[in-house]
This record gives sequence, C-alpha cells and structure tokens, in this order.
Amino acid sequence: MKKIYLPGISRLHGKEPCIMSNRLIDLQHITKAFDGTVVLDDFNLYIRENEFLTLLGPSGCGKTTTLRILGGFETPDQGRVIFDGQDITSLAPNKRQLNTVFQKYALFTHMSVAENIAFGLRIRKKSEDYIREKIRYALKLVNLEGYEERTPDSLSGGQQQRIAIARAIVNEPKVLLLDEPLGALDLKLRQDMQYELIRLKDELGITFIYVTHDQEEALTMSDTIVVMNQGYIQQVGTPEDIYNEPQNAFVADFIGDSNLIDGTMIQDQLVEIFGVKFACVDTGFGVNKPVDVVIRPEDLELFAIPDGEDTQSSAYQEAKQAAERLNPGYFEGTVSHLIFKGMHYEMEVTAHGFEWLVLSTRMFQVGTKVLMSVDPFNIQIMKKPESEDEKAVGLETM
Amino acid sequence: MRKLRKVWLDGPYLVWMAAFIIIPLFTIVYYGLTDKSGAFTWNNILEMGTPARMKALFLSLVLSLIATVFCLVMAYPLALILTGMKGGATAFIVSIFIIPMWMNSLLRILAWQTLLERNGVINQILGMLNLPKLYIINTPYAIALGMIYDFLPFMILPIYNSLQKIDPNVVNAAYDLGANKFQTFWKVIFPLTIPGVISGITMVFVPALTTFVISSFLGGSKILLIGNVIEQQFTQVGDWNVGSGLSLVLMVFILISMAVMQHYDKAADEETTRL
Amino acid sequence: MKKVLSRIYLVFIFILLYAPIAVLIIFSFNNSRTRAKWGGWTLKWYVSMFQDQTIMSSLWNTLIIALLSALIATILGLMASVSLLAMKHKRRSVVLSLLDIPMLNAEIVTGISLMLLFIAIGQFLSRWGYTIEFGFATVLIGHITFNIPYTVLLIIPKLRQINYSTYEAALDLGASRWLAFRKVIMPDIMSGLVSGFMLAFTLSLDDFVITHFTKGPGFDTISTKVYTEVRKGIKPEMYALSTLLFVCILVLILAFGRGRRRKPVLDNLIRV
Repeated sequence: MKKIYLPGISRLHGKEPCIMSNRLIDLQHITKAFDGTVVLDDFNLYIRENEFLTLLGPSGCGKTTTLRILGGFETPDQGRVIFDGQDITSLAPNKRQLNTVFQKYALFTHMSVAENIAFGLRIRKKSEDYIREKIRYALKLVNLEGYEERTPDSLSGGQQQRIAIARAIVNEPKVLLLDEPLGALDLKLRQDMQYELIRLKDELGITFIYVTHDQEEALTMSDTIVVMNQGYIQQVGTPEDIYNEPQNAFVADFIGDSNLIDGTMIQDQLVEIFGVKFACVDTGFGVNKPVDVVIRPEDLELFAIPDGEDTQSSAYQEAKQAAERLNPGYFEGTVSHLIFKGMHYEMEVTAHGFEWLVLSTRMFQVGTKVLMSVDPFNIQIMKKPESEDEKAVGLETM
Repeated sequence: MRKLRKVWLDGPYLVWMAAFIIIPLFTIVYYGLTDKSGAFTWNNILEMGTPARMKALFLSLVLSLIATVFCLVMAYPLALILTGMKGGATAFIVSIFIIPMWMNSLLRILAWQTLLERNGVINQILGMLNLPKLYIINTPYAIALGMIYDFLPFMILPIYNSLQKIDPNVVNAAYDLGANKFQTFWKVIFPLTIPGVISGITMVFVPALTTFVISSFLGGSKILLIGNVIEQQFTQVGDWNVGSGLSLVLMVFILISMAVMQHYDKAADEETTRL
Repeated sequence: MKKVLSRIYLVFIFILLYAPIAVLIIFSFNNSRTRAKWGGWTLKWYVSMFQDQTIMSSLWNTLIIALLSALIATILGLMASVSLLAMKHKRRSVVLSLLDIPMLNAEIVTGISLMLLFIAIGQFLSRWGYTIEFGFATVLIGHITFNIPYTVLLIIPKLRQINYSTYEAALDLGASRWLAFRKVIMPDIMSGLVSGFMLAFTLSLDDFVITHFTKGPGFDTISTKVYTEVRKGIKPEMYALSTLLFVCILVLILAFGRGRRRKPVLDNLIRV
C-alpha cells in the first residue's frame, strides 16, 4: 500500500484522468539561481498531453520560476526544456506554442476587450473575418458575450480574468500556463472560477499548467499535483495520493490540516505514539525506527466517557470497547477547545501533552473526557528526513 | 474626515491664487486691449504683424518644434534604458539625469555660452586636434542646442515615470502572444506611455517657445525670439500696452498647443479603445 | 552588445548634461581674466566675490526670498491640501485647476502678469499719493505664487495615506482639533511638508524669469545679477557665484534625497 513514489504508478490511483498519452513537455535537470540564490536545483518533471497539472507550494518554492521557464521568460542556468520532442530551452516566448495567463491579468489597458483578444491573431496576420469569429467564440466560451467594446478598466476582477484567458486561448496553444490566476479574486468568485476552469479545460482539450499556493484550488482542479518546496519536488501525484498518502512531513503539513507527531515503528504494522501502540498498515520501515506519523483530523474518532465514571463503570467499558474495535491502541484525553464550523465541529483534544486537532460532525463539550482512536488504515507513516537540515526546511516554511 | 470638512482652510489659498494668478491674467487682457488713455483698441494685438515680430514668432515656433522633437528622440531611449536597469544604484542613476531640472537654467545656458564662443572651450579643443572650428554661437543652431540641453530632463522624467508604471507582465503578455520586440514596443509599450510623452512635449515646447534667456545668451543681440520681443517691450521700451497685446498673441499659441496635446491625448485614448 | 550600446548612450547623455557645468566650475578657478587661456588654479575670484558688496547683497536677497517664500507657500499649501481632501468634487476640481495655471503657463506670462498687476495697483494707489515699490516684497509675492502648487502636490499624497480614524480616536480621547492635528496628522505628513518646502526653496533659488519682471532697479537676486553682468561681459566672479549656487543646490538635493527616513524627497522629486 505505502510505497516510495514511482512516476506513472501512483497516477493510476483515484480519479481517472483524461486521456494522457505521451509526454508533451519534459523538464530535464533544470537549475536556476537568482543573484546566487538557487531557486530550482536539478529539477526534473514531465507533463503529459491533456493533463491539468498544478505546481503547488509556498512562495519562494520555485513554482513561478518553473512556469516562467516554460513560458520562455527565464532561461535556466542548466538543463533542457523539451516540448513535443524539440529542445525549446532558449526559444523566445513569442515563438512558443504555449500561452500564459498572468498574475493580475496583465491586460492591455489601452485596448478594448476585442482588441486584447485579437492581439495574438493580428500578430499572426489572420483575416479579419477569422478574428471576428474567434473573438465571438472566445467571449462565448468565457461567458462574456457582448463585452467586445468594453475597456479592461471597466470590468470586475473576475471578468478581467476571463478576458485574460480568452486572450490566451484564441491562439490555440497546446499548453495554457496559468500563474496564480485566481489569487486576486475573492473567495466565492475563486470557487466559481475553479469550476469554470475545469469546464474550459475539458472543452478545449489542451494541457493546463497551473501555479498556485492554495492547496484547495490544487485539490479541486488538478489531474496531477506537483508539491514543491525550496526548489525541490516534494511529491508528484493525483490529488488523492497527495492528500491521503503524503510522502513526507512537509507535504502532510502543507496539504490540509493534519496532526503531525513523532512515532516509533516497533515492527511492521505496529507503531508506537506517546508510548501507546497502534495498529497500522504500513510495512518495510524496519524495527524500532523513528518515523513521522500523520493523522488527518477528520480520521480521529472520539468516544465520550461520562463524567465521574471510573474505569470499571459500564459506560467507560463501552467507550473502551468501541475505541478498541477501531484500533487496539487509543488515547485518553480531554476536549480543550470547540468551534462550530458550519458543516462540522472543530475540536482540540489534549492527550499526552499534545493538542490534537479533531474534526467531527458530533459535538463534544469542552471539558469532556474522551477516548480517541483511529482506523489503522488512516495512520500515515513517513520516513524521517535523512538529515536535520531537511527537517528544518520542511517545518520552518510553515 | 467629517470633522475636518467644516474648516475652510483653503480660504487664504483661494484669495492668494485669485489675487496673484487670476486677476493678473485679466490685467494682461485689460492692458492688451486698451491704449494709453484706457480706450478699447485692437492695435496692440495687430502690432504682432510687423515683419520683424512675425519673423521672431516664426523662428520661435520652428526652434521650439525642433527642440521638442530632438528631446523626445533623445529622451525616450534613455528612459527605456533607465527603466530596464536593475539593482540598488538605479534610483541614484535615474536621479543623475533628473537633477539638472533643478539646477539654475540661466547658469547652465551661461555654461554653453562659454563652451560655444569663438574662442570657447570647444573651439580650443578642436584647434588642438587640428579640426575645423565650430562657429555656431549667435546663430539659431546655438539657440536650438541650448533649448535641447536645457529642457531634456523635462522630457526624460514624465516618459520614465510612465514607463515605470507599466506592469512587466503586460510586456511579457505581448511576447507570449507572439509579438516580437518591435511589435511589442509599438503596439503595447509606446501607446501606454503616450500620456507621459504628451506631458513631456508640453513641458519642453511651451518653455522653449517663450524663452528669452537662451536666445539672449546664445543668439547674440541680432537674433530675437518672440520672448525677447515681449521682454524688451516691458523692460526697455516700457510700452505695457503693446507688450500685453503681444503676450496675448503668445498665450493664444500656448493655448493652441495645449489644446492640440489634449486632443492627441484623447484621440490616443479613443483610438485604442475603438480598435 | 545591446548592453554596451545602452551604456555608451547613458554616458553620452551624462556628459552632455554635466560637461558644461563642469567647465563652468573649472573656469571659476582659472587664474586669468580672459577665458581664452588657462592661467593656473586660483581662489581669488571667490575672494573678490565675497568682497563685492552688490554680489553679497544679491546672495542675501536670494536666500531670504527662498526661505520666506518656501515657508509661506508650504503653510498655504498645507492649509489648501487639508481642505482639498474634505471638499466636494466640484469645488476640489476648481482648486486643482487653479494649481495648473502657474505650472502650465509660460513663466514669462506669469512674470508679466504679476508685473502689470503691481503697476496697475500702483497707478490706482497714486491717486492718494501712495506708490508701489518694485523690490523685495513684489519678488517675494511672485515666488510664493509659483511655489504654492508644488507644495500642494507634494503634501496631498501624504494626506491621502493617513488613516483618519486615528485623528478621530484622538478627538474621542479628548484632544482638541488643533492638538489632534498636530499630534496625529502632522507627524505622518512631515516628510511631505519637508519635501514640499525643499522643492519650493530650490525653485525659488533657481528662479530668474519671475524675479526679472517683479524686481525693481536696485534689487537683485543671484540669477538677475548674473543676467545683467553677463550682458555686460562675463566677469570671472560670476563663475565663482554660479559654482557656489550649483554646489548649494546639489547638496540640498542630495542631502534631502538620500539618507533621511525612507528617502522620500528624491522619490518625490522624481515623481513631481
């Protein structure tokens, strides 16, 4: 079940992506430094045709630089960019078969919406009839029919974003690069645009490469997510892979909320956390090896112990049996915080001096004594980073 | 904000501006349209029609146009280079090219007089190198040179400012959509800097058209610009009515040039939204 | 290649802008009465400049006018800016277009119009035996007039950045409006006031045209002094005086443009 990531294998998990045939883009051994600061270090990644691939990571992780290298706005210090079998490493941006949707839209404010969309077509000397038809088609595609004569300044952020996308796609690129395109929009609009982008990608049938620091955006839209940090790829996989089987503490911490604890792998399928032995499903970590353990807050289950009941009481025994049915190991703790979040309750449970984050649809009042357990399947075991350095890297960026 | 509103602190300012900006302009109109006895007349305006004055006006227009074109052609590449610079010293280097704006223009023109004289520095250097000497002092060429030199920073600044405001990604977007450098410049960068170009043109053309210092330092006593003609009416002839009449004509030219600029500014706006 | 070309171009323009000034400064140290030949280094023109009563009085006039006009223009500009922000749209556009007139109009027209105003007032007052004397006062009025718009332009952006709830909080805590303004708003706009004052001071120091038309026969600033002297034939003392003025302005711009908190002035100057 748990394994070191092998490209192509973990992609078969979860949601079946669209037809992903051959490798369209290959980034080989890319290294890039700015003023002596290495932003990308021997970066390798391939992108398949028709894939919605997201580069996800905190600011400064190198995701935007990767996109700019693809767009041709930066040249890597070392390494090659192969596009459709051709080396395009030093090809000028205006000669590449990919188009970019920029941060904050970068529309031409001195032109009308129609002029913006027609820009690339006019450069390619298309006929006016063709251009008119394309503008109509593109505006329809982004749901902004009738906006031809408006100026970009008179549009809302969401509308400007759609125009920026329309401007890029009329050129029929093989790949659309999107650089945090939703970053400047408010939450509700951002969610709408996410569905919009998925629909667009399906209609156009082209490759999308999307850069964001927002993990929810990445999980919602992508076929493949590339989690990056400090110029290195941390994990590549489907959203399900990334969420359910984070490969290291950084990914676990960056994607979603999680409880990240030190543990010891006693033997295969048995891990000790705070002195309590839990059953798990992972194997192959060796005997008595320190490991990182991740448990998602929604996977922790609570069983209330009625007040004043001693350990011999039937209520306690009942809770204990319920907990043990889930996993032979369990913690005893106290609910220390409770927030109602609409869909669920967010709670903090103090057990063994650690504050556990728990999400549940059931409410447990602050002060309630609880037994806390977790399905062995939902315990995620990860190798400790090789060196102390790497660990520091992973945690300090959070 | 609500509490501040009640205070009419702009009173002194409004009184001052009315007294020393608005009323003086009406004074020019009054003197320009009356004779010594205070009776209405067009004669002061018609005084512009003498051949000598028409020649001065024409020369002023030609030289200020030449100076404006040269300033634009020299300043735009400079502003582009300055905009493209990176690193900590950029602000300092930019200010080097702007600072002459605040250096006494009278003295800077005086320096050119020293350079261009028959036995001036330039001719001494040319003499040492056995090159033909340059005798342009007291010619319109020297005046044009002085204008270009004096007003160049006023063209650099607004163009640089408008280039600064362009989002680098807008330029990247043009490349991304297939435009080459030439197309990107003419279709995107230049149109976005038109407001800066226009304010630069105004800041060069109007002072060049109306100068009398540059012409009196570099043009000798024989070459008169319209500024000299008017200045002499006030300080030497002492005929304020004729001087005012001539000033009114000059103001008409200033207003025309501003209207033309406004028109182009608007036209550029409309054209870009229409296309 | 492209980089080299652009470097060469920068250096070319730099030399064009500064070589004449450098030549003028070098001549101020030339130990020879004619410019035709170099007679070695000397400071004697500086000495004789400082001994010349008329030059010294014009220097004094220049400094006093610059100081007073900058001060008064900054105060008037501050008052106008504060009320400008609280104004209704229509009134604000009137006030702002008033600012444009002296900045866009030709200096010669502004100078002449002021001169005519003073002449007209003089003629009017002469009925009662009063006269208007062209000199210090008229020049000062002229300088304040062309300085005001620049102070307003530098103060307004600072006022816009202010969070007015702090002002209201001060009132809420019992401060008088004047105290609240002094303690809460003034510190925030200080850099705007200082740069407005410095720009006005520099412009006044530099002005020739307005001074030329508003001064009387016996009154001179450095600029007008240089102008009359140059028409008679340049005396080496004028080079010394020019050098002094150049150095003063350069020092002013650099001193207030660099160092000081958040390097506001240089930025403002570049953006005017």
